[in-house]
Amino acid sequence: MASNHEYSKVESDVLIIGAGGAGLRAAIEASENKKSVVIVSKSILGKAHTVMAEGGMAASLGNVDKQDSWKVHFADTYIEGVYINNWKMVEIFSKEAADRVYELERFGALFDRTADGKILQRAFGAHTYRRLCHVGDKTGLELIRTLEDKVLHTDTRILDEVVVTKIVTEDGKVKGAIGFSMREGRFYVFQCKALIIATGGLGRLFKVTSNSWESTGDGLAIAFRAGAELRDMEMVQFHPTGMVWPPSVRGLLVTEGVRGEGGILLNKEGERFMLRYSPKKKELDARDVVARCIYREITEGRGTEHGAVYLDITHKGYKFIMDKLPSMYNQFKDFAGVDISKEKMEVAPTVHYHMGGIKVEPETEATNVSGLFAAGEAACGLHGANRLGGNSLTDLLVFGRRAGLGASHYSDSARMGTIDEKEINDEIERIEAFTSKKNPTNPYELIEQLRQAMSSKVGIVRNEKDLNDALAVINQIKGKLDKIGVAGGVRFNPGLIACLELQNMIQNAELLVRAAIERKESRGAHTRSDYPGTNDEFLKNIVFRLENGQIKMNMEPVMKPPKELQEILLEGEKTNA
Amino acid sequence: MHEVVLRIKRSEPSVSAETRFDEFKVPVEEGMVVLDAVHYVEQNIDPTLGVRWNCKAARCGSCAAEINGRPKLMCKTRVESMGDKITIEPMRAFPVVKDLVTDVSHNFEIARKIPPFTPKKDTPTPFLMQQSDILRSKEFRTCIECFLCQDVCHVIREHNSDYVGPKHVVKIASLDMHPLDGIDRSNFMHSDGGLGYCDITKCCQETCPEDIKITDNAIIPEKERIVDHVYDPLGRLIHRIRGSRWQ
Ligand SMILES: Cc1cc2nc3c(=O)[nH]c(=O)nc-3n(C[C@H](O)[C@H](O)[C@H](O)COP(=O)(O)OP(=O)(O)OC[C@H]3O[C@@H](n4cnc5c(N)ncnc54)[C@H](O)[C@@H]3O)c2cc1C
Ligand code: SF4
Ligand code: SF4
Ligand code: FES
Repeated sequence: MASNHEYSKVESDVLIIGAGGAGLRAAIEASENKKSVVIVSKSILGKAHTVMAEGGMAASLGNVDKQDSWKVHFADTYIEGVYINNWKMVEIFSKEAADRVYELERFGALFDRTADGKILQRAFGAHTYRRLCHVGDKTGLELIRTLEDKVLHTDTRILDEVVVTKIVTEDGKVKGAIGFSMREGRFYVFQCKALIIATGGLGRLFKVTSNSWESTGDGLAIAFRAGAELRDMEMVQFHPTGMVWPPSVRGLLVTEGVRGEGGILLNKEGERFMLRYSPKKKELDARDVVARCIYREITEGRGTEHGAVYLDITHKGYKFIMDKLPSMYNQFKDFAGVDISKEKMEVAPTVHYHMGGIKVEPETEATNVSGLFAAGEAACGLHGANRLGGNSLTDLLVFGRRAGLGASHYSDSARMGTIDEKEINDEIERIEAFTSKKNPTNPYELIEQLRQAMSSKVGIVRNEKDLNDALAVINQIKGKLDKIGVAGGVRFNPGLIACLELQNMIQNAELLVRAAIERKESRGAHTRSDYPGTNDEFLKNIVFRLENGQIKMNMEPVMKPPKELQEILLEGEKTNA
Repeated sequence: MHEVVLRIKRSEPSVSAETRFDEFKVPVEEGMVVLDAVHYVEQNIDPTLGVRWNCKAARCGSCAAEINGRPKLMCKTRVESMGDKITIEPMRAFPVVKDLVTDVSHNFEIARKIPPFTPKKDTPTPFLMQQSDILRSKEFRTCIECFLCQDVCHVIREHNSDYVGPKHVVKIASLDMHPLDGIDRSNFMHSDGGLGYCDITKCCQETCPEDIKITDNAIIPEKERIVDHVYDPLGRLIHRIRGSRWQ
């Protein structure tokens, strides 16, 4: 059709999709490198998923435990990732984490302090030393507010409540992106030299999750369609402790900080069961371990009537709790009517974090598509098969900054993309088609089916049959995608967003489940009851790529770290044993 | 199953001047919050109902609205506490985009003008600060930018002054009370900020879902600061020499 649609055209050297910690940090860096920067986000500025992060950000400052160093942080991260991390990313990360934390402090963040006035650090699961810099249990809020402020004082153009639906490329090179503003009810065409994806995770593929509304993995799906490689899609972290009651808040996170500050886990019989499973690290063992122990207690009949175990911090008293965990106190008071200084909490595992994502180069965060970069939870490589608590927020800063730098350097010698009128019209028509169908299928019904199947069949403990069942549901929904639609227009129409998200969710779910079937072993967060052992044959990353409309899967052997890092790992294995 | 009726104000001002109230019957589940009920409508009855939300955990400040006439977060308000018929309207102090969604973007224009954190000259790094010295600023940093305090402030509702509003005073106080901040925002607060228009009614403080003592701990100290720094240049000079009591 030759019809010409109305839209606004925006040009920039660097276009950033996503305004969580990673996107904002990237914007600051690109802006400091004198690039024109546009940042777009599905939610309002300052409200991205990052705002929910609680416990803290990991960096080996050694303020509390002097023995800590980047080497121990390196070993902890790599060992808990069960050796399928990208070693170079782990090295860069553990070396640069401290600089990024101190930099955030110079930007204005106010961390809690030690008695001698330094940044205070708390214990967290599977970190050898006390390492998490924190702001009570609102570390994400402080991080995003500090970066938001910084970005607001640069020339960065912020377009929030804009949904990006397509990345446009030509001959394997990025030209820009297309989307629309929910607030203005208007289409936008973004032309750029370099594009950074910082769209976060995909927790909302699951029914029980701690993630925000926006975490549907849009960035992974649109990047994949643009030719980018996705890696480790099967690796989904279950946080051991989510709320379970009332149903309205099922999945809502109970921060690991509760255990970090001394909370203990009890089964229905009052037994502190972690002593049985993990006598040394107890409640503070790695997340996958604790989550599986809780899961076992519940499935073996030692859970509460709501299918949960107890988390108890009452012994610390009201004052301590209000000082260290005020949000948790209020969360239970407001949503469950429970006073956690007097009563035990009920908790069960909840989907929390996606270790998989867009494959990137460790130094620049470049993808296999020229001009396309990725950082934050949307990118992949740092965490391997399991992410340590607190490593994500620092990840956002370390690799957000590097992506900003990588995109800036790339844009020095790149040409501004120009998107053809036809490509624009095609995409606008694709979106408008959802609002002009007769008797459309309600997207929410299908989303519900998908989330239900993912939570019940692709859970903490997986097996081939369940995974195939999930795949069947996915294929069934896929067959109905061309029928979905809603009434109304483009302006703030949640049903339309649901249609677009469902397409992305199905795409991601398919890759996730296919990879989970392919990894016939148990490793980190991926546990198979039919393949309970870890198998060296799978020291590989499963990588997907779209070639001429066909999904291609590759098993890529993991690169071995150099000798000096292997020695650090040997040391680490001794302490972690 | 027990049911409630939601009365939701609908409008799309850029399309038509019409506003109306639609009524929806919603089955009630234990522990349900108002946002759950709105989602029920969106998912089962009318997917075009415009509503803004993100965390559903009272953390992001997206879902502010007026529930039975009172400014609240939809995700933090229990259905059973609101009676059998619940009226939900968009915030009154901001232009409506569609249905329950308002345009709060002006707040970011204000935020751009607030002089940012600027460490005192020659402060050694990494910073050293005592926990007791950061507590005052920390209170304000729990602000989730829900803009409910802006919504209840009569000065903002009347739209006829240049008062930036309580949310922004909270921000300024969080910067001013950072132990290592080195600049004076009282001139900004006084002239561009229009703090003089606030007559300390405390409505903002009573509304804040984060229980920030907006009037007592941010507005009143900022007003005193203006008196000291703007109206009393001699005092300001003395402060400068001896170090301000606010630092
Ligand atoms: C409850 C909770 C507590 C946590 N606590 C911690 C902790 O203590 N420590 C830690 O290290 N980690 C923690 N995490 C994990 C961490 O918060 C996240 O991994 C991290 O914040 C992700 O940040 P990000 O910048 O990658 O993306 P996000 O913050 O998820 O931001 C994504 C951005 O992309 C935008 N976007 C998405 N799709 C589109 C689209 N189609 N078009 C336009 N924009 C789009 C969104 O609007 C948003 O702005 C926690 C997570 C949760 C849920
Ligand atoms: S105290 Fe001041 S800022 Fe708060 S509502 Fe009253 S007039 Fe507005
Ligand atoms: S001060 Fe309170 S009411 Fe005002 S925006 Fe912040 S959290 Fe909301
Ligand atoms: S949805 Fe985040 S505060 Fe209500």
